[in-house]
Amino acid sequence: MAPSDVQLLGSWASPFSIRVQMGLKLKSIEHEFIEENFLSNKSDLLLKANPIHKKVPVLIHSQKPICESLLIVEYIDEVWTDGPSILPSDPYERATARFWTTYIDQTWFPIMKELEKAANDEAKATVIGKVIECVVLLEAAFEKCSKGKSFFGGDNVGYIDIVLGSYLGWIKVTELVGGPNLLDGTRTPGLAGWAERFLSHNVVKDVVPEPNKLLEFYMMVKAARASSSA
Amino acid sequence: MAEELKLFRTWSSRYSLRIVQALKIKGLEYDTVLEDLSNKSDSLLKYNPIHKKVPILVHNGKPICESLVILEYIDETWKQNPLLPQDPYEKAMARFWAKFGEEKVLVSIWSAFTSQGKEQEEALATTANNLKFIEEQLKGKKFFGGEIIGYLDLAFGWMANLVSIFEEISNLKLVDAELFPLLSTWMDNFSNDPVIKELWPPRDRMVEKFKAMREPYLNKVIV
Repeated sequence: MAPSDVQLLGSWASPFSIRVQMGLKLKSIEHEFIEENFLSNKSDLLLKANPIHKKVPVLIHSQKPICESLLIVEYIDEVWTDGPSILPSDPYERATARFWTTYIDQTWFPIMKELEKAANDEAKATVIGKVIECVVLLEAAFEKCSKGKSFFGGDNVGYIDIVLGSYLGWIKVTELVGGPNLLDGTRTPGLAGWAERFLSHNVVKDVVPEPNKLLEFYMMVKAARASSSA
Repeated sequence: MAEELKLFRTWSSRYSLRIVQALKIKGLEYDTVLEDLSNKSDSLLKYNPIHKKVPILVHNGKPICESLVILEYIDETWKQNPLLPQDPYEKAMARFWAKFGEEKVLVSIWSAFTSQGKEQEEALATTANNLKFIEEQLKGKKFFGGEIIGYLDLAFGWMANLVSIFEEISNLKLVDAELFPLLSTWMDNFSNDPVIKELWPPRDRMVEKFKAMREPYLNKVIV
């Protein structure tokens, strides 16, 4: 088999990696997936491809590395133009999509991470309050962007769908470990319906991990961290 | 049909200044709404209810927020004098370095400016490491955009203004011209470019402002 011109250095559990896999799948781009083992030392390939941040995902296209998941998704959209579009074509809609994907990664996700670190019930309640505020905003964004259709991207899965969608496995894990039910049918009916539809979409198949598998992974990482700091 | 273009900004915001510069490069006419962030206008809160920040570009009544997103919107809407490279890989690189500038360079320089003692030493070392990467990007080029100013120059533009102001206030050497000759030359070239140079906010006001911002950090008792 000829070596692929496209390689993705990623991790099955990382939402940042998952969204790139979704982008590649949407465009039917043949590629080689190179799993970076989260629990062992960073591979030479990763350190060479991403010397600055030393993180996955990294897309290597014709031996040129592209880092940062959102940039990779935009790159994929701009290079492979004969597949379905990931970003909208209208500049205002593109700006809106970029705004929300930045919001999801830089505002919502850091607050989600705070949940894990909340020291006591009171701190936890404060963080949950903040997370819910974000989710309510995302619900409004969904209503506005979808215009009554199935996805943020309209009839088809788009940029915001795969970015938010890449977190769905972990959102479920948060619930399993006693966290809030974020995409609750009462508070966020639009997003609840969206999540169900998204998880049945073929771009998601084999890419979004099973929550139980993620939970197992989470427990393993937690244990590894605890033992290394003991 | 006349286009309605409005920019909400403050007199000193480095993020807003990127948009002022971009609009000038594109030759676009627009109205300015100067905001006082201690007393935000109803319009600001209406157009950016989530972050409540400047800059906001309002085009025919539709708001666009986040300076780097606004730059891309401007570039995609008005095609003259392109800001971003055409090639997808070059574009991805420009976006990557802009992000690096925000998340690493700005953070380490601000940290060096506002800290003291060991913390400051560490921030200066981090800054130097970050700057090595930026210096590399300027090899063989006058501007990050090549021969002419582009997106990445506008993203890093704050350095051409604030580094010397921070150095003056703190007596620190943040960008050593001997260690970073290309970056130092770039800062001069960008600062004095005919399109850019009249747009800088008044320096004395900036010095006053950042001196005041630095005060609380200096008065912090180091336990």
